[in-house]
Amino acid sequence: MSKGKFGEFGGTYVPELLIPALEELAEAYDKYKEDQEFQDEFRYYLKEYVGRANPLYYAERLTKKLGGAKIYLKREDLNHMGAHKINNTLGQVLLAKRMGKEKVIAETGAGQHGVATATVAAMFGMDCEIFMGAEDVERQALNVFRMRLLGAEVRSITDGTATLTDAVDAAIKHWVENSEDTFYLLGSVVGPHPYPTMVRDFQSVIGEEAREQILAAEERLPDYLVACIGGGSNAIGLFHPFIDDEDVKMVGVEAAGLGVDTDKHAATLTKGEKGIIHGYKSYVLQDDDGQIMPVHSISAGLDYPGVGPEHSHLRDSGRAQYEAVTDQQALKAFQLLSEVEGIIPALESSHAIAYAQQLAPQLEQDQIIIVNLSGRGDKDVYSVADQLGVEI
Amino acid sequence: MGRIGDTFTKLQQKNEKALIPFLMAGDPNLELTKELVLTAEENGADLLELGIPYSAPLADGPTIQKAAQRSLAQGTNLTAIFKLVEDIREESELPLILMGYYNSIFSFGLEKFVKRCAEAGVDGVIIPDLPPEEGAELQELSTELDIILLLASTSNQTRIEKVTDLSSGFIYAVSTPGVTGARAELSTEVKKTVTKIKDIKDIPVAVGFGISSPTHAQQIGEFADGIIVGSAIIERIEKNLDLLERDKEELIAKVSDFISSLKEPLTKL
Repeated sequence: MSKGKFGEFGGTYVPELLIPALEELAEAYDKYKEDQEFQDEFRYYLKEYVGRANPLYYAERLTKKLGGAKIYLKREDLNHMGAHKINNTLGQVLLAKRMGKEKVIAETGAGQHGVATATVAAMFGMDCEIFMGAEDVERQALNVFRMRLLGAEVRSITDGTATLTDAVDAAIKHWVENSEDTFYLLGSVVGPHPYPTMVRDFQSVIGEEAREQILAAEERLPDYLVACIGGGSNAIGLFHPFIDDEDVKMVGVEAAGLGVDTDKHAATLTKGEKGIIHGYKSYVLQDDDGQIMPVHSISAGLDYPGVGPEHSHLRDSGRAQYEAVTDQQALKAFQLLSEVEGIIPALESSHAIAYAQQLAPQLEQDQIIIVNLSGRGDKDVYSVADQLGVEI
Repeated sequence: MGRIGDTFTKLQQKNEKALIPFLMAGDPNLELTKELVLTAEENGADLLELGIPYSAPLADGPTIQKAAQRSLAQGTNLTAIFKLVEDIREESELPLILMGYYNSIFSFGLEKFVKRCAEAGVDGVIIPDLPPEEGAELQELSTELDIILLLASTSNQTRIEKVTDLSSGFIYAVSTPGVTGARAELSTEVKKTVTKIKDIKDIPVAVGFGISSPTHAQQIGEFADGIIVGSAIIERIEKNLDLLERDKEELIAKVSDFISSLKEPLTKL
């Protein structure tokens, strides 16, 4: 019987050699998910080390400027190290320790997950190796330096398009050979079972807090949740605690790159077909022969040809909707939020802001949108300056 | 029983072990693949694996990954590979096994894939990223087609029982944890897995991953029913690609000499 399915999506499409490692992981996760001591430790470090709960901030100036629904920002950018990624890496490293593993490996796109992994590895004294596409190593030099400062080894991957998808392949292959002492710390709600479920559970703290915070501030639930989607972990983290609240609409925002009708985008749920990638079934950007297509986004963290299987299911069931915004729209949103709220968002999160910018004016002033501000934009200032023709 | 089962039975009667070379279809082009298949048969191949090139081959090391890239650069796809098999079938009854990643087959359409295998004369299929848990639909459709599943030295008893039960044709036992690729030293740890499989079911077991010399062939041939050799053969194609235009026969000879050197120890066991 196949496990870890979301409708027809998800599952375990991996070489036989990985099955023992995945079974060991699933078993350990099932055990510790219910273990009070484990959960208490996770919550303790989320509070004391990550700095949670982070605010659900009413963006009053942005709301006024757009002249529609009230916009609240879930401030994942205020977490230790500046992004939502650490919620998951913290959960997984605690699990790795309990499983007796000595090394952690991870893939990274924008570098945020790599930094978040290197951070927790340093904190718990574990060896850490990060797989990163060579092109991303170049685009995200600051994060590469951060990871090295944190004691991680960064391995630059030159296969294929030398981006996130190739880094995932390389990390999986490394794990196949070294699963005995190595924990693969996957960064999003993708990959074979149990990753999509486990990462979602660790990221659900975002939505749990947001739900409490909005009830405290407004005494009602929001009308919309908006979050950007690469693999989809910050989005599912926000969405999941609201899934049974049928009046809360959920919108995932993908990277349209240069446009969804060009060959330079990463809008998997908008333009993809059902397929198998990195060990799971989902929508996939692929050609007629099932070959994975090169993808593009201004934001390295959204530059991914697959998408978390639960999102594919939420799309097909109609529970969530998925939109795409272009590089240019995201850039404008990046500048807008910086100017209006004094918050420099990550380019990934800027996609969500850009969609909220379109949505808010269409809604009434008493309606509420929560946008997940998944990370801060310091890492992106060089590439944004480059886009704007400014030399730093 | 199909061509695969028949072949193993005949070899057993002769006290020989099977040599199963792997070639990437379309590396460096489909015409050469056809010639390589036919000369491989003349030089001792008992069965043959044809790779379907894939852009993200999770179970393969750099040698096979590069071969896939060379093939993809020629535009090789499943439609063309079935045509290749039809061409080969006009001249040969060598058991042919397609080895490819599930997305290629899923995208082609499972029903259409199974139908085309039967029409073209494909005998078996190896899909490294389709474990039995996810393979029920293909199993159901494949009444004639052998589904060859993989086991590793790290597979536990429950796993060995499950996979052995569902596999047909033969079982592919992986010699060493990791991805495909030629290796200098080969562990014979997998022998234990072979023994465990044989305790459950009388099915041929072939060992692959890392086998790259006649010495390895000899070592593995002692306890397995066959050996699968991929990367070491492809390395010989890759190294001699410059001969493709200049002296194609020489390129083919370099590959077939190696194949016959691998078969030799398998006939003297």
